[in-house]
Amino acid sequence: MLRIPCPHCGVRDYTEFRYAGDATKVRPTHGTDDVRAWHDHVFLFDNPKGAHREYWQHVQGCRQWLVLERDTATNTVGRAWLAREGAAS
Amino acid sequence: MTVRRLASGGRIDRATPVRFQLEGRTLSGFQGDTLASALLANDVRIVGRSFKYHRPRGVLAASAQEPNALLTVGAGDRRTPNLPATLVDLFEGLVCERQNGWPSVERDVGSLLGLFSPLISAGFYYKTFMGPTRGAWMFYERWIRRTAGLGKATHRPDPSRYETEHRHTDVLIIGAGPAGMAAALAAGRAGSRVLLVEQEALVGGSLLHGAVGSADDRCGFGLLEQLAVLPTVELLTRTTAFGVYDGQTVGLVSRIPGAFGGSAEPPYARETLHVVRAQQIIYATGALEQPLVFGNNDLPGILLAGAVREYLHRFALRLGERVVVLSQHDSAWDTALDLAEAGAAVTVVDARDRVSDDLLARAAKRSVTVRLGAVPVTAHGSRAVRGVTVVALADHRTEYFACDLVAMSGGWTPTVQLTTHTGVKAVYDPALRVHVPGPLPANQQVVGAARGIVRNPLAEGHTAGERAARDCGYDGAVGVAADAHWADVPLMAAGVPRAPSVQGKAFVDFQSDVTVADIDLSLEDGFESPEHLKRYTALGMATDQGKNSHHNGLQLLAERRAKDVGSLGTTTHRPPYTPVTVGALAGRAVGLHFRPTRRTPMHDWHQENGATFIEAGPWLRPWYYRWAGADVASAYVNEMRLVRSAVGLSDVSSLGKIELTGPDVGLFLDRVYVNGFSSLAVGKARYGVMLNDDGTVLDDGTTARFGTHRYFMTTTTAQAGEVMSWLEFLLQTAWPDLRVQVVSVTDRWAAMSIAGPKSREVLAQALPQLDVSGGALPHMGVLEAEWNGHPIRVARLSFSGELAYEVYVPADHGIAMWTHLLDVGAPVGIRPYGLEALASLRIEKGHVAGIELDHRNTLADLGLGKMASRTKAYVGRELSQRSELVAADRWSLVGLELLEPSGTLRGGAILFADGEPMVGHGRGYITSVTWSTVHERLIALGLYQGGLAHVGEVVVCAYPLRGEQVKARIVSPMFIDPAGERLHA
Amino acid sequence: MSEISRYSAWSLARRAWSGARWRRAWRAAEPRPSYDVIIIGGGGHGLATAYYLAANHGITNVAVLERGYLGSGNVGRNTTLVRSNYLLPGNTEFFEHSLKLWEGLSHELNYNVMLSQRGQLVLAHGPGQMDVLARKGNTMRLNGIGAELLERADVQKLVPFLDYSSHCRFPIYGGLYQARAGTVRHDAVAWGYARGADHLGVDLIENCEVTGFLRDGDRVTGVQTSRGVIHAGRTAVCVAGHSSHMARMLGWRLPIESHLLQAFVTEPIKPFLDHVISFGAELFYVSQSDRGGMVFGGHIDGFNSYTQRGQLPKVQTVAECAVALIPGMSRLRVLRHWGGIQDMTPDGSPFIGRTPFQNLYLNAGWCYQGFKATPATGWCLAHTIAHDEEHPLIRHLGVDRFERGNGHDEYGLGLWTYKQ
Repeated sequence: MLRIPCPHCGVRDYTEFRYAGDATKVRPTHGTDDVRAWHDHVFLFDNPKGAHREYWQHVQGCRQWLVLERDTATNTVGRAWLAREGAAS
Repeated sequence: MTVRRLASGGRIDRATPVRFQLEGRTLSGFQGDTLASALLANDVRIVGRSFKYHRPRGVLAASAQEPNALLTVGAGDRRTPNLPATLVDLFEGLVCERQNGWPSVERDVGSLLGLFSPLISAGFYYKTFMGPTRGAWMFYERWIRRTAGLGKATHRPDPSRYETEHRHTDVLIIGAGPAGMAAALAAGRAGSRVLLVEQEALVGGSLLHGAVGSADDRCGFGLLEQLAVLPTVELLTRTTAFGVYDGQTVGLVSRIPGAFGGSAEPPYARETLHVVRAQQIIYATGALEQPLVFGNNDLPGILLAGAVREYLHRFALRLGERVVVLSQHDSAWDTALDLAEAGAAVTVVDARDRVSDDLLARAAKRSVTVRLGAVPVTAHGSRAVRGVTVVALADHRTEYFACDLVAMSGGWTPTVQLTTHTGVKAVYDPALRVHVPGPLPANQQVVGAARGIVRNPLAEGHTAGERAARDCGYDGAVGVAADAHWADVPLMAAGVPRAPSVQGKAFVDFQSDVTVADIDLSLEDGFESPEHLKRYTALGMATDQGKNSHHNGLQLLAERRAKDVGSLGTTTHRPPYTPVTVGALAGRAVGLHFRPTRRTPMHDWHQENGATFIEAGPWLRPWYYRWAGADVASAYVNEMRLVRSAVGLSDVSSLGKIELTGPDVGLFLDRVYVNGFSSLAVGKARYGVMLNDDGTVLDDGTTARFGTHRYFMTTTTAQAGEVMSWLEFLLQTAWPDLRVQVVSVTDRWAAMSIAGPKSREVLAQALPQLDVSGGALPHMGVLEAEWNGHPIRVARLSFSGELAYEVYVPADHGIAMWTHLLDVGAPVGIRPYGLEALASLRIEKGHVAGIELDHRNTLADLGLGKMASRTKAYVGRELSQRSELVAADRWSLVGLELLEPSGTLRGGAILFADGEPMVGHGRGYITSVTWSTVHERLIALGLYQGGLAHVGEVVVCAYPLRGEQVKARIVSPMFIDPAGERLHA
Repeated sequence: MSEISRYSAWSLARRAWSGARWRRAWRAAEPRPSYDVIIIGGGGHGLATAYYLAANHGITNVAVLERGYLGSGNVGRNTTLVRSNYLLPGNTEFFEHSLKLWEGLSHELNYNVMLSQRGQLVLAHGPGQMDVLARKGNTMRLNGIGAELLERADVQKLVPFLDYSSHCRFPIYGGLYQARAGTVRHDAVAWGYARGADHLGVDLIENCEVTGFLRDGDRVTGVQTSRGVIHAGRTAVCVAGHSSHMARMLGWRLPIESHLLQAFVTEPIKPFLDHVISFGAELFYVSQSDRGGMVFGGHIDGFNSYTQRGQLPKVQTVAECAVALIPGMSRLRVLRHWGGIQDMTPDGSPFIGRTPFQNLYLNAGWCYQGFKATPATGWCLAHTIAHDEEHPLIRHLGVDRFERGNGHDEYGLGLWTYKQ
């Protein structure tokens, strides 16, 4: 099964985590009243077949949100780092 | 077949006879027999009837690839259909029956279907059964379903137990044949943790095909002895690796001996699922012998040559007296020679023009008749084979051999299935003429026959094991591989042609009854690719999943289409490699353990004091109490009355609770809630609603401020986890600069609501050290205090519209506070009330809850539009203004009162304006209903098009599912105390 | 040698005993330089659309381009359920139209799709859930679609071997039953529509992968493929999980995430279950195929995936649901489990219709329910292509609907759930 390398807890089964999709989407600044920007952020996805950076929260562990590199065509898992460090790390 | 149990030999325990029952007949075998060998030993030749044509079938193989000998084992609630008899260990008291024959497998009426075979060839059901009327298929289906399927299952719950084990290992080795054992030896000596698994009861793999005491046999024992002394090597037999998954995760199922039914089954787990995470995987899965395709090749008495040899050496069964060995591989000669050694008269018919002189000499020594360059045309017999006609390829002359046993070998194919599960397609090797594993990642290796050619399995295994261990960081001394070199033995012969024509049905897939003619028919219809061929004819789709048919099917397809096998591609192998019991996958999560149960801290008290529980998600919450009534319908009304007239106590511990601390909490809450919280005074609470990014309501709750930088949020029970993750998501991904900490404290605090006009006096008496007067603790006020040395929190909040307080106590002391409040309040009549009454009270108050918070509704839909701040931004604001979300004709919250006392209101009723035709989707629906003790009538909340603009109008509540329609009037959803006088008492 | 074109018991006999041979179900057509309509995707939806373009609109200069073999995607790997128990305006009508088409499809195509209207039971495990089902059932009845609300005792009479014991974690409270719902043989649908389309003149081109679009500004004029350039008057995209992949070629982002759904079948057994049952405590559905295997499935694995294979914990979860629902399934054995790519949308409802690009039409985002929609999708999409305007039944399914509101959240699950 997918095994995710949590920076705090080590390599853990993906069932300990919660998935939240594409981490490269940049959330519009709070208060931005650009409806188009909010619409695109919430509803549109790159959905690539291949390299993906995505959010996972270690719900049954340290409860940190991580950014994980994973290839959606092969499920090859790469690095993971804390989301607070930025999605482009 | 004339079967003889030889006087000596075999790996059976002749000192321990075992009795078993076949369809009520008592038979016997020995400890160490499988059900298949025991049936053979008892002269049971027909072990089942084929799927479509109901042809009599006998045992074909000796292992998991067996396609015909599928029996039902066990009786009553242990009845288990479709078990391959070759994998069932014989045990005392085993009960079994054969399948798919009526009235019996011996004399089956279904065999008449054979007469219709030209009509019922592959795919025939697509071309007919369409008439005469439209629903005709359902008529035919009734009969077809009865002839389909193999065994009959029981509906009774499974009394067996199954376990799940989670494992981590360095090196997982699948298959304990020579290559696998050598790998385990090397990896174990290097110091790594090794898990070696073998699907059979005995280890040895191909080493078991030789006689007891033979060189192969001794080699196997030797390896086993050496493995046994290595402390980090674990061996699991009767364990099938059924699937390889991403992340080097492998699923295994272990079965206990006697796993298949009967009172002999012990109370511990019948089967165990192992979920293994391995650093390194070594596939030592060996090879599967393939049948030959010729006329009537499915007759009882025709077996795979390797299997015949295994029955001879493992079970001491000589399966025939006059044997024809149909060969294209040297391994079949071993069978021929061993049978001759055991006293049978043997003829070898080999498709190759030449074989080694050594084989010919050994054959001559044992008076084995030999024909080279010949292939079988057809087998003869009706319920058992009695002869074979072969044809010489050079001059097309035919020859007939009488026999009572045919041992056929169509060569061997490497067992590649597991290597393909994670997307590496097998590759056709034209030199080896088989599909071999494709390019695997660095942490997976293949050794032995599974590579497509047998070179030196011991050396291969040794090298692979050493490398696997080294890649895990272990470099202990591994010694040298045992010296045993097999000549390079390809698994499949080169350029072996088929008979130019066949007579009778030539089966390619025994289980789906697919013949060569069916393949031709598939091509005629245009289903040419391997996947289309498979789906159209069902080739490879039965329980052996193509183990006995995939290779021959592809070969035939390639021949017919005049293409290379390699260019055709292949079908995808999917887990499980062999069928896996559903119960084993479910493990212990059955019955009440299907999903975890969450109990509140006061659960035991409720249990002992007459509560009936109801599920609220994973929680059990008290639904109503016996003191109030015998069933929910009567109880909740009495509970409501008590709260409205005196005081009641309810358990609200399941609500989510989140502690927020930090200098930026107020700012954070301002962003997350539609209303403001940074302005909330310390010692006050505020009802808040938060939206999803898309503008729909995510959750509501009450958040209190206990300190300048300390807030305490509550959420609904259902959304507690969602909200927590959402807050963490925002803080960690969007606003990491905010100085806020959030902690879930749902399980830390027991929470109870004391509600009713007398609630203050009870609370004051229960907590005399606190000032809970109206002035000190106004509506929406909160305070922290101590009680018996424990921190407590009290909030004056009301869900019901009555004067009410929520009391929070550390969970371990929940029952103490609960009982304390009940004791203190007893003189004024306090009693507990449950979820039904709680919900009903809030309906009267017009307060939305879970059923209205269905992710489709906006703030305005729920009558909460005014809550949204006009001055600050909040999550969801922008998208909540999308045109359809602010349209005037949206369905929004209304109250309803029943106008016809003889009728009833029901949740799920559809609302129409009075007088309009009741068709279509209506103008709204009822969400929640309750008896109102205040108005003494049924009331409801619902959503209605245009909402409160229609107050006073009459609507019709349609409930066609019960044939009901009643009139109601639209009213304000606040049924009681609209001015809030009770709240502010 | 004569060819038999029409299927019937009589023609089966003729084939068996005369020298006649079957006409191929479809030609192995070679691509031509241009067509009036190109449909990208040779699955159920694409083939149905091609068929109805020809049959309903007389448009036969059509090609279906399939990168693999016909029907190799989700149509060939789903759990075969058909039903029309839908709640929201738009959905109710669309799926009922589809069910009505199912009811006549074998006759229409002269191909037995094996429609078995054995009934679907959706379970409720509490009074709240019962009300939710009641709302749906009442809505169905008010739209002329049969439905029954069953109490626990009724459910027990209908299916006596579910778990009614005191050991049941989520006791059955009742259910909603649609008698006309049931199962269909999935491969037959693809092949039936393929044959029907082919015999009407449509070219079905396999092993032809679209690698790019030809454009004239915002107008799509054809495609680049692994078998050459093909021009098209109009082009439709019916590629399910690869929709984003297609859209990317136009620089276009869709409201779609491609997820992994697993499905399972047991070994074949004699008749065991006569209805389709949907569990109410978790997403899980089960029926028995005519070959005898129990066919079942559950929730998506929970993360973007194009691998077409699932994770082991989900296999366990689904098996747990099976035993919780039907305890007797415990001793049955899973024969095979597989995965497919499921295109998930923010509201669980699909997109059919025009796109920001002229002469380009999109059919995608079917989440869990693409198979049952096959006939109606083909019908409506064919109409849309023929008229360059959405068929009335699909007007609520625009790909741009999130600009205006939340569209069609049929199950009230909200935005986050499908990400789990």
